[in-house]
Amino acid sequence: MTGSGFDNLQQDHFALFGLPCRQALDVAQLESTYRDLQAKVHPDRHAHLSDAEQRVAMQWATRVNEAYLTLKDPLRRARYLLELAGHDVRLETNTAMPMEFLMAQMELREAVAEAKEAADVDALDRQHRELKKRIRTELEALQAALDAADLDRAGELVRQLMFQEKLLQEIDDALALLET
Amino acid sequence: MALLQISEPGQSAAPHEHRLAVGIDLGTTNSLVATVRSGMAVVLNDELGRPLLPSVARYGSDGKVEVGYGAQAHQSSDPRNTIVSVKRFMGRGLADIEHVEAMPYEFVDAEGMVRLKTAQGVKSPVEVSADILRALRERAELSLGGQLTGAVITVPAYFDDAQRQATKDAARLAGINVLRLLNEPTAAAIAYGLDNAAEGIYAVYDLGGGTFDISILKLSKGVFQVLATGGDSALGGDDFDHRVFCWIIEQSKLSPLSHEDARLLQMRAREAKEYLTQHGEAPITARLSSGEFVDLRLTTEVFNEITHTLVHKTLGPTRKALRDAGLSPDEITGVVMVGGATRMPQIQKAVEDFFGCEPLNNLDPDKVVALGAATQANLLAGNRAAGDDWLLLDVIPLSLGIETMGGLVEKVIPRNSTIPVARAQEFTTFKDGQTAMALHVVQGERELVSDCRSLARFELRGIPPMVAGAARIRVTFQVDADGLLSVTAREQTTGHEARIEVKPSYGLNDDEITSMLKDSFTHASEDAFRRALREAQVEAQRLVEAVQSALKEDAHLLSTLERAHVESCLTKLQAVLLGDDRRAIDGAMDALSKGTAEFAARRMNQSVQRALAGKKVEEI
Repeated sequence: MTGSGFDNLQQDHFALFGLPCRQALDVAQLESTYRDLQAKVHPDRHAHLSDAEQRVAMQWATRVNEAYLTLKDPLRRARYLLELAGHDVRLETNTAMPMEFLMAQMELREAVAEAKEAADVDALDRQHRELKKRIRTELEALQAALDAADLDRAGELVRQLMFQEKLLQEIDDALALLET
Repeated sequence: MALLQISEPGQSAAPHEHRLAVGIDLGTTNSLVATVRSGMAVVLNDELGRPLLPSVARYGSDGKVEVGYGAQAHQSSDPRNTIVSVKRFMGRGLADIEHVEAMPYEFVDAEGMVRLKTAQGVKSPVEVSADILRALRERAELSLGGQLTGAVITVPAYFDDAQRQATKDAARLAGINVLRLLNEPTAAAIAYGLDNAAEGIYAVYDLGGGTFDISILKLSKGVFQVLATGGDSALGGDDFDHRVFCWIIEQSKLSPLSHEDARLLQMRAREAKEYLTQHGEAPITARLSSGEFVDLRLTTEVFNEITHTLVHKTLGPTRKALRDAGLSPDEITGVVMVGGATRMPQIQKAVEDFFGCEPLNNLDPDKVVALGAATQANLLAGNRAAGDDWLLLDVIPLSLGIETMGGLVEKVIPRNSTIPVARAQEFTTFKDGQTAMALHVVQGERELVSDCRSLARFELRGIPPMVAGAARIRVTFQVDADGLLSVTAREQTTGHEARIEVKPSYGLNDDEITSMLKDSFTHASEDAFRRALREAQVEAQRLVEAVQSALKEDAHLLSTLERAHVESCLTKLQAVLLGDDRRAIDGAMDALSKGTAEFAARRMNQSVQRALAGKKVEEI
C-alpha cells in the first residue's frame, strides 16, 4: 500500500461525506453519513485499543465533527464553498454594504437595544424570531447566487448574513442574561 | 483431573476475558458505583446491602479517615472535620462559594482552589473526593473480586474545565483509571434510552444535591446526540435545605448558632424537605446546645413560597438550552427526571407546566446516572457484546476563548460544540519588536474576561522581532472526549511552539498530585508499588493483544518491512512484559505505540472508506 494513512484526513468536507460540492444539501444523507462515520472513528469505539489508535480516533472524530458542523450550517457551508472556489470574502476589510440594508439593520439594532434596556423579554423573543425569518430568506438568495456561480453577490450576502447572525447572537445573550 | 490450558503462540489465553469496569456517580450528597453483570447494569451495594454511599468524609483527631454513613453520623457532633457536599468546592475558589458563613469549616484560600483545615491537616477538595472514590473502588473490587480496568466517572454537564480536571485528578489520586468523564444527564439518557428503546428528542432535567443540568438529546437508531446543554453548577437540593434552615432561624428567633447546632438544623431542614414530598406538613423539632428549643411546622404552602425562586432559576437555563437547540418545548418527546431533588412535587409541577407534558419518572432518580455510566464503562473497557453498537455524541457546555486587547474575550470554540473538537484562530502582535505573547484562556459566555472563568495563562516566547501586526500566531484549542481542553500556540513564520494542558491555574498541578500520591503510598507501603507494576503489566498486555488483533485483521496494510518493524516492537514488549522492571515495560510500550502510529492511521482510513462504501455518491 502506498501513501500515508493520514492523507485522507486532508480531503475536503464534501468529499469526506460523499456529498456533491454545492450549496443545496441532502440533510438526511449528511446526518446518516455523520452517524456512520462517527460510529467508526469516535474515541469511544477505540478506548480499549492502543494509544496510537486512540490518537488517530481523536483526530478523525474531530475532523468529522468539523466537517459536519461546516456542512450542516448553511452560512458556514456557503463560506466554505467560497473558500474552496478561492473567492476571498474579505470579512475584515470589506465592510461596504447596501445603504438600504444598513438602515434596516440600524433600526433593528436600536429596537434591540431598547428592548434590552427595558428588560422586555417578549420583545427580544419576537425580534429573535423575526430576524431568524429574515435570515432564512436571505439564505435562499445566497443559495441562488451560489448556484448561478455569482460569487461576488454570494460574498456580499455572506457578509450581510454574518452581520445579522452577530445581532442574533446578541439578542440570544441578552435573553440568557435576563432569564437568569 | 483438570488439564492445564496452553494457548497457541501469538494468542492470549483468554482473548475475550471480561474486563472489570464500573460507572461511578460522584454526587454532591450521595455517590454510587455500578457495573454490568451478565448484560445488566446493576448498582453495587455495600456489605449491609445499602446502594448509596453518603458523600461525606471525616478527618477525626484520632487520625482515622471515615467515609460514608460512618462519617455522616458525626456531622453534627464534629462538623469542622466532617466534610459534606465537597463537590461544591471542586475547582472553586473561596469567592465562588455561596453561604460560606453558614458552613462550619475553616477555609484556606489557596491559589485556584479552596482548601479545608481539618484535624488531619489541610485537605484539598480533590483529596476529599479521592477518599470517597477510593471507598467506592474498594467496594467494587471486593464485590467483583478483582482489580478494576477502569471507571467512567460522571460530572454535571455544566461543570467547567477546572471542575472536570479536579474530578479527574481525584480519580487518579484514588488509583482509578478514568475511561471517560461522562456528563450526568447524558448517562441518564443512555440508561433511559436503552431501557425503553426510546426514539425522538428528549430533555433530561437533572436536579441533584448541588448542581442543576438540563440537556436536550436526539435519540435515533442507537445514537445519543446531545444537541444542547445548560445549567447551574451551584444550584441543587442543598439550596432548598438552606432556605428552610434560614426560615427555621427566622421563625424561632434563635441567637447566633454554634457550628454543631447549625449542622443539626441543616439536617432537620433536609428531613423536613424530604418529608414534605409525601405529606402536606412537616414537623421540625430540635434541642440546641444553647438550651433553646425549636418546635415548628412547615407546610407545603410555606415551603413552596420560600423556594419558588429556586424552582424558577432552573427554567432560565432550560429555555436557553432549548433556544440553543433551535427547539420549542412542544417539540420535546419526553422529559426524563434525574436527581433526588426532582422528587419535590413543585419541581414536578414546574417541569410539567413548562413542557406541557408529564415528566418521565419510571426510573430511580438516584441510580439512573450510575447505571448509565456503568453501561458506558463496559463498552469503553472493550466488553462490547453483539448489538451494543450505540454511540454517544456529547458537547461542551461553555464557550472557550482567549483574552484580547481591552480585556475582551474572543470565543474560539462556542458552547454546545460536539466533542472532540479543535479550532484554531490567528492572533498578531500589538507592538513593534514584540517577542513574547501572554495568552489567557477563559471559559464562559460573557464578553468581558472579568466575567468569565480564568482557566490558564501561558506565554509564547521567542517570536522573531517584527513590526506590530506582522507576526502570525496560530492558537489551537483541542477539547477531547472528556471535555478537557489543551491549547497550543505556534508562531507561523518560525514554527516556534508553546503547548499547555489547561491545568495549573485551577486544577492541581502535576507536582501536587505526585506528592499526594506519594503520601498515600507511604501509608499503604509497598502495596502501591506492586499495584503500579501490575497496572503497567495489564496495560502492556492489552496493548499486545490490540496490536496482535490489528495485525491479524489488517496486516495487508503494511509492507513487509513495516510489518517486521511492528513485530519486532511487539516481541520486545512481550519479552519484558512479565518482568518487574516498570521502566522497561513503559519504554517498550512507548516504542510499540510509536511504531504502530502509521498502521493505526491506515486502519482508520480503511474503516472510513468502508463506512462510505455503499453510500450513493451523486454526480458532482
